[in-house]
Amino acid sequence: MSTVAPTVQPAQSVDRPDVVIRPTRGGGSLAVHDVWRYRELLYFLIWRDLKVRYRQTAFGVAWVVLQPLALMLVFSLFLGQLLKVNTGSTPYPVFVFTALVPWTLFAQSLTASSQSLLINANLLGKIYFPRIILPISAVGSYLLDFGISTILLLGLMAVYGVTLHLGVLLLPLFAVLVVTTALGVGVGLAALNVRYRDVQSGIPLLIQLWLFASPIAYPITLVPEAYRALYALNPMVSVIGGVRWALLGTDAPSVDSIFVSIAAAVVLLVIGVVYFRRTERTFADVI
Amino acid sequence: MSSPVIHMDGLAKRYRIGVQTASHGRLTESMWNGITSLFGRGHAGELSDHVDERDFWALRGVDLDVYQGDVLGIVGRNGAGKTTLLKILSRITEPTEGYAELRGRVGALLEVGTGFHPELTGRENIFLNGGILGMSRQEIRSKFDEIVEFAEVQKFIDTPVKRYSSGMFVRLAFAVAAHLEPEVLIIDEVLAVGDINFQRKCLGKMGDVAREGRTVIFVSHNTGAVAELCTRAVLLEGGHKMVDGSVQTVLDAYAELMANRGGGTLDMSPDPTLPASVVEVAIEDAAARRASSFDLPDDIDIVVRYRVVERVHGFQLVVSLARNAVRLVHTFDTDDLDHIPARDPGLYEARYRVPGMTLKAGLYTVDVDTGTLERHMQTFEAAASFEIEERTVNAHSKGYRRDRPGHLVALGAWSTKRVADA
Repeated sequence: MSTVAPTVQPAQSVDRPDVVIRPTRGGGSLAVHDVWRYRELLYFLIWRDLKVRYRQTAFGVAWVVLQPLALMLVFSLFLGQLLKVNTGSTPYPVFVFTALVPWTLFAQSLTASSQSLLINANLLGKIYFPRIILPISAVGSYLLDFGISTILLLGLMAVYGVTLHLGVLLLPLFAVLVVTTALGVGVGLAALNVRYRDVQSGIPLLIQLWLFASPIAYPITLVPEAYRALYALNPMVSVIGGVRWALLGTDAPSVDSIFVSIAAAVVLLVIGVVYFRRTERTFADVI
Repeated sequence: MSSPVIHMDGLAKRYRIGVQTASHGRLTESMWNGITSLFGRGHAGELSDHVDERDFWALRGVDLDVYQGDVLGIVGRNGAGKTTLLKILSRITEPTEGYAELRGRVGALLEVGTGFHPELTGRENIFLNGGILGMSRQEIRSKFDEIVEFAEVQKFIDTPVKRYSSGMFVRLAFAVAAHLEPEVLIIDEVLAVGDINFQRKCLGKMGDVAREGRTVIFVSHNTGAVAELCTRAVLLEGGHKMVDGSVQTVLDAYAELMANRGGGTLDMSPDPTLPASVVEVAIEDAAARRASSFDLPDDIDIVVRYRVVERVHGFQLVVSLARNAVRLVHTFDTDDLDHIPARDPGLYEARYRVPGMTLKAGLYTVDVDTGTLERHMQTFEAAASFEIEERTVNAHSKGYRRDRPGHLVALGAWSTKRVADA
């Protein structure tokens, strides 16, 4: 579909058809080209999600930071004050909040993308666009939230007198790893969710388990050295370790474990997208 | 002759009714199937390929060429495959078999207001909906004033659309759609919205589109709109292309189809133990042709034919009419007579006429009972059925619109006058 040119051209002068419709076999491409062609729609959907999310809410944008802040307070009280988890020279609230900022991006992106097809079921049945735009747009709107809570994090660090260094510039790279992981899982689950509503109920559980499988409330050093590589199969391990290293100057995660995490994230993304592309042609019929 | 803008070759679509219901429940059962077929050559998520009796072919091999400037009307009864065809052409769903190619920018309008969000303002929804329909931000910006003016919602443009009246909502939604400028426009039934004046305006706009040489495919139950707008038409029936030709040819064939397939009618042999028994309950139009679907203003005849084998005194037919299981009419064939006559042996035809504009649009069933004052003879529940549609009457703003409460078009007459100062 040639959506780019708004002008009407005589159709018979075109030799190659703009749209070919036939039953597809196999998985198809990874949709990068399609998504680029529909980038305006992607923009509109992200814009809609942002507008709708904070309209008619009393606290408005404050909600962005309320969730990580509340978790930080709970963790600080029970794990920091009562259990006295050893976080070295870093104050516990800063220690946990540096992890909660990328974690919140991850959890929200994963939840939103896996529900995106069901929430927009009406669009699926009435209009054509590359279906993968929906989970991507769901993640997109949370990147802004991530930006806002990062600013809060920097403020918190200033309050606790933690000095900032150049590592902060690496933050976007870790965000990319978060988004890759969340999107990989979210895209796959979104497609599965069309057919099996079980997914809907399973997501909160998955996120809860994943929270404890990530070094948010505790330092990575709690995990025995021998299991670190295995542990890094969870990309959030390297993200959190990396963010702490970049912002707080803790020990850098090993290159090996970062490599394992990146590989795991890419594999998740490829599996998710391939499954999505293979099933998307039936979405409108099944949903 | 130039090559067709749309070329369809054997388009077919199968829905798997059974598979769908089964797979919603049990994840574990087909989880392994899903995993094994993830990278395999099979269709992920689909079960084995054997033919299942629950398969339903919504479309069975449609070949069609549409040329530039054609305004093609697609007509057919409910379930004939019209919407499935549009969904395939607009790439919402894939064909199971067949091939089609389209040339030019395609715009599909299967619903007005797709993606409208109630919390967003009219202005925001114009951008959102325009974007969903495939317009760029720049394009929407340049047409924005025109859209607002067309919709007549200037004063409310910054109000959330959840506070709009249904009329305003529909006008705004249609205004956005009407400003799409694709080379090929695919439209499903969307003209059946809005008040009559607005509908005229939309028809006018569509006429403009057609005159500009763009290609339009248009599905409608509104044969008036098809006759007015289309240059060519196709009749679908049971997933096949039945007639393809001039609008008049197709509309005639459609009318005949609707008339001949007298929906639920009852034909039976007489009961030998009874002096009089029903042989046929039929629904007919004013010209005494069998019919099952009527326009709101059409007269509808409920016809009961019965055979009398021995002279019977006080024989009566009871016809009772129900809509959505609510009984509306209960009438005897002798209601208009002073006394109940005796019937000599022979074949009788009793005809009860329901005048047009009496019953609302909807599905009706007819029960028939027979007997004398002393003796009940026969009962036929749902002996016949028929449907009334709002084809030429625009009931959108009327109290008797199909989906509103009540079952009858308002009887009696309204008048309003000013009786005192405020």
